[in-house]
Amino acid sequence: MSQEAQKVVKDPLLDNNPIALQVLGVCSALAVTTSLATALIMCVALTTVTACSNASISLIRKHIPGSIRIIVQMTIIASLVIVVDQLLKAFAFETSKQLSVFVGLIITNCIVLGRAEAYAMKHGVGLSVLDGIGNGLGYSVILIFVGTFRELLGAGKLLGYTVFPLISEGGWFTPVGIMLLPPSAFFLIGLFIWGLRAWKTEQIEKAEYRIHQVHRTEVL
Amino acid sequence: MDVYLHVLIKSVFVENLALAFFLGMCTFLAVSKKIETALGLGIAVVVVQMITVPANNLLYQYLLKDGALAWAGLPDVDLSFLGLICYIGVIAAMVQILEMLLDRYFPALYHALGIFLPLITVNCAILGGTLFMVERDYQFGESMVYGIGSGLGWALAITALAGVREKLKYSDVPEGLQGLGITFITVGLMSLGFMAFSGIQL
Repeated sequence: MSQEAQKVVKDPLLDNNPIALQVLGVCSALAVTTSLATALIMCVALTTVTACSNASISLIRKHIPGSIRIIVQMTIIASLVIVVDQLLKAFAFETSKQLSVFVGLIITNCIVLGRAEAYAMKHGVGLSVLDGIGNGLGYSVILIFVGTFRELLGAGKLLGYTVFPLISEGGWFTPVGIMLLPPSAFFLIGLFIWGLRAWKTEQIEKAEYRIHQVHRTEVL
Repeated sequence: MDVYLHVLIKSVFVENLALAFFLGMCTFLAVSKKIETALGLGIAVVVVQMITVPANNLLYQYLLKDGALAWAGLPDVDLSFLGLICYIGVIAAMVQILEMLLDRYFPALYHALGIFLPLITVNCAILGGTLFMVERDYQFGESMVYGIGSGLGWALAITALAGVREKLKYSDVPEGLQGLGITFITVGLMSLGFMAFSGIQL
């Protein structure tokens, strides 16, 4: 792969992560992560939709009139999501019940529309597909991280297999109940962002108001 | 009457779109720095939700549902797979119409809402409200109440978060958590607070 193609795929993973830095597509990242299996299915669904929508929008980018481009993009994305939704209902009915409305909500997932608007409208088909895959993977990184912790600590299992035997089943592990509740997803993503920014310090946001201004200059 | 009250209370507090289902998170996090803008966006969401949920309910009950086309002499047709594309079309069209109407008749409100109106088309809370309405098979009356209630719940959540963030500006936050990180944790704590409502039996 050429330098640019590699950059397009790798950048969204950690350096320009759609969730942690661009604040796109947060909704579903929080809601479907109670178990790793649903999180993985959601990752595959979103990555496919983003790659395909980027490809089709990039194909016709020179023919879309500027004033109605959002509607055209929405129609393409909605059609792709319908295909994914029907496929899931046909081949993974149980999971599609668990995901409930969140498959449909891929339509309004800002990652898809955001990448279509910001990247696919300006670049060729090949690079746009790679950009879609890259951003889908960046989203997957967060989902897998959150999903792993929530399932492991909340139920002592991973992908349905017991890792920590629960006390109620004669083992030693007391499940952390809060991990299965909605708020834990917020805490985990918050901590993930903290960890990421401690490592990649250029992503730190400037504070609007500094309390320790004086102290800091002294140290410097 | 009881049924409607039940749906209203449940959609505002117990099943708050933002804090229990994480819908509309992108705008929720991005536009919650000031109370005034948060309130403006909240009102816009309530208005749009109030119109689109009942509109989509009619669409679902009389056109898309399995067997809904019986009135046209086609009792075997099931168009529910077309749902997603129809709902998003209705939402986009409604937002556009609302924008033009406000511009023509209520210019003051139009300017107050500004850029938030078009943004609402891609707010997952709006589509999410419609999809929950379909999943729970609400009747027309219930769907109207649900639209208002879910919009109000979302508005309440974003205004509360903006209030917290305005104060939070002056606190000493670790560098890596600055901005987005601490906002996530704050929302987590708020959502924990809202979970207290989940014990309410109606």
